[in-house]
Amino acid sequence: MSALVDEQKLEAAPHDAECKPPRIKPHTTSEITPWLRTPKTIWCPGCSNGTITRALIDAVLGLQLDPEKVVVVAGIGCSGRIAQYLEYSTVHTAHGRALAVATGVKTADPSLHVIVAMGDGDCSAIGGNHFIHAARRNIDVTALVFNNSIYGMTGGQMSPTTHMGDKSTTSVRGNVEAAFDLSELAHAAGATYVARGTAWAYRQLVDVIAGGISHTGFSFVETMAVCPVYYGRFNLTSDPAEFLKSQKEHAVPVGKFEDESRLRERYPVGVLHHSERAEFVASLQAMGDKALEAAHG
Amino acid sequence: MTAAPVLLQGNEAVAEGAIAAGARFFAGYPITPSTEIAETLARRLPEVGGKFIQMEDEIASIAAVCGASLAGTKSLTATSGPGFSLMQEMIGFASMAQIPCVIVDVMRGGPSTGLPTEPSQGDVMQARWGTHGEHSVIALVPSSVLECYTLTIEAFNLSEQYRTPVIILSDALVGHMREAVVLPEPGELRVAERGTPDCEPEDYDTVMSDLDNILPRPPLGSPFRVHVTGLVYNRRSGAPDTEAPEIASDLGRYLREKIYHHRDAIVRVEEMEMADAEVAIFAYGSVARSARAVVKWARAQGAKVGLVRPITLWPFPTAAVEHMAAQVHTVIVPEMNIKQMSWEVQAAVGGRAKVVDYGRVDGKLITPAEIKELVKREFYYHDWRDS
Repeated sequence: MSALVDEQKLEAAPHDAECKPPRIKPHTTSEITPWLRTPKTIWCPGCSNGTITRALIDAVLGLQLDPEKVVVVAGIGCSGRIAQYLEYSTVHTAHGRALAVATGVKTADPSLHVIVAMGDGDCSAIGGNHFIHAARRNIDVTALVFNNSIYGMTGGQMSPTTHMGDKSTTSVRGNVEAAFDLSELAHAAGATYVARGTAWAYRQLVDVIAGGISHTGFSFVETMAVCPVYYGRFNLTSDPAEFLKSQKEHAVPVGKFEDESRLRERYPVGVLHHSERAEFVASLQAMGDKALEAAHG
Repeated sequence: MTAAPVLLQGNEAVAEGAIAAGARFFAGYPITPSTEIAETLARRLPEVGGKFIQMEDEIASIAAVCGASLAGTKSLTATSGPGFSLMQEMIGFASMAQIPCVIVDVMRGGPSTGLPTEPSQGDVMQARWGTHGEHSVIALVPSSVLECYTLTIEAFNLSEQYRTPVIILSDALVGHMREAVVLPEPGELRVAERGTPDCEPEDYDTVMSDLDNILPRPPLGSPFRVHVTGLVYNRRSGAPDTEAPEIASDLGRYLREKIYHHRDAIVRVEEMEMADAEVAIFAYGSVARSARAVVKWARAQGAKVGLVRPITLWPFPTAAVEHMAAQVHTVIVPEMNIKQMSWEVQAAVGGRAKVVDYGRVDGKLITPAEIKELVKREFYYHDWRDS
């Protein structure tokens, strides 16, 4: 269900071969590492951010994008640090503002492949307004959200994706708020490609990221990240391997997903929504070309 | 032959000045009394191959401006008090990441929603100190429609040269006023282009800007593959480094000094009848218009009154004020706020002259009649024929 007024017909593609993302053959470590600026990260042992970073590089390599034209714009938080590790043009913006900065980047230079890395709080709390409007505009950027259901960088506070009852340092007796389903929020706001992957299923993660990058329009890729140090320790397990295994049980391929009321224990993965409608920068450009012609004959 | 005068509004003049300066991207959000800048650019930018976006709020507007500038396009936004408050976060980012951009603040009465349609000069300190942390900024204050045009071009030139956000402090009076102006011919005013660093991309991490050679920022999506960050970073490599105090100190001092070191080149002040003045009026923006009339009135009656009008408000024109303080016995500072710049004047005067402040925060203009009364008090022995 989209929250957009149906001015442009939304042509939803069914969950069939048509909306299957490209299949990317994973690259070797020696192929991946040239795209990292440093071997050191600030991420905790057991964090899945490194896996997601690798998946992003794998997707960019697999799609054979011109690396010079790849721009990664990131927000603030654990996920935001990806910007300083990647050997592309990168921008580490302010908390919540990555999509708004990316809107300026893509509009000013449509030839760029703009990938926006955000955390769950970054994207949907402080950056929630920019998120829904980027989706509404259908601007051709790929939003990659690292959803670990907690604010990790500040030491484990609840976020808009912390489930009801979950514990955090700011919900010590259990969270009394409902959690966002970010993918459904993106879809309702008008995103034309919405996919979910997990740190557990690496190949699928690479594929859905590649699908997002190759889609024209606003693509939203929700990666279910594991944070054993905060979310896990408070709620599930502080063992990274156990945490990853739990994702295997929680993630259900989208075609087989039925029980929508139990998002905490089960969530659909794969390409959840896929449709085509006018892309923002292209529409702006087409309107501008007409104005330019009218002004100069 | 000069061009025919055109009747132009201050806000429209800002928009035309931006186009003349080569700006090809605007992102903004509607707010009184700045909206005409967005409206004019929504119409005009596509005609010159530029792009206009209306964003979801002012935070997004300045963020998009930062992004477009990083992608290599000269960019601006325009707002007023409440929006200017929201923009402070990303003005700090632009300052830290050294992103050239222009922010136009058409000042209205505040705080909060305040007096949306009335002029004010209440944001002059916010322009300097609104964002957190040590930084410096350039702020220009137009007092006429023509200056709305010329100072917008200058703002872009300064922002490119010093790789910094530049703020134009207009107000509801200057922004909404219409005057007949003769705009400079294309080519008459200097327009600074953004260059590319004079080095190979692989050497970029090893060359460093210094105060006298500020390297241009290479665009995103170029072989330079820059990393842009709001964290403290090593000025040579661009890599974030929050562990080394000397790196933080070097950056913090550089961000301030790259403006202050060039203060003499940046700061512009207009003086009127100051050669033999005994009393000076220090006035900026729309208030300077009333002050100018008062100087003419006083001089016609033999009273030695002069005007010092800062065109650049930040960095503060300290040298001009020190020079003035050595000459006059009294400085009158009329402004549409309470003592914001008069404190700064007092600091630079350093007790060498009396500083008389006069403020209004009711959204009403400071008239020549009010300034005349202030002048008369400083010439109690003078025989005024004409009031």
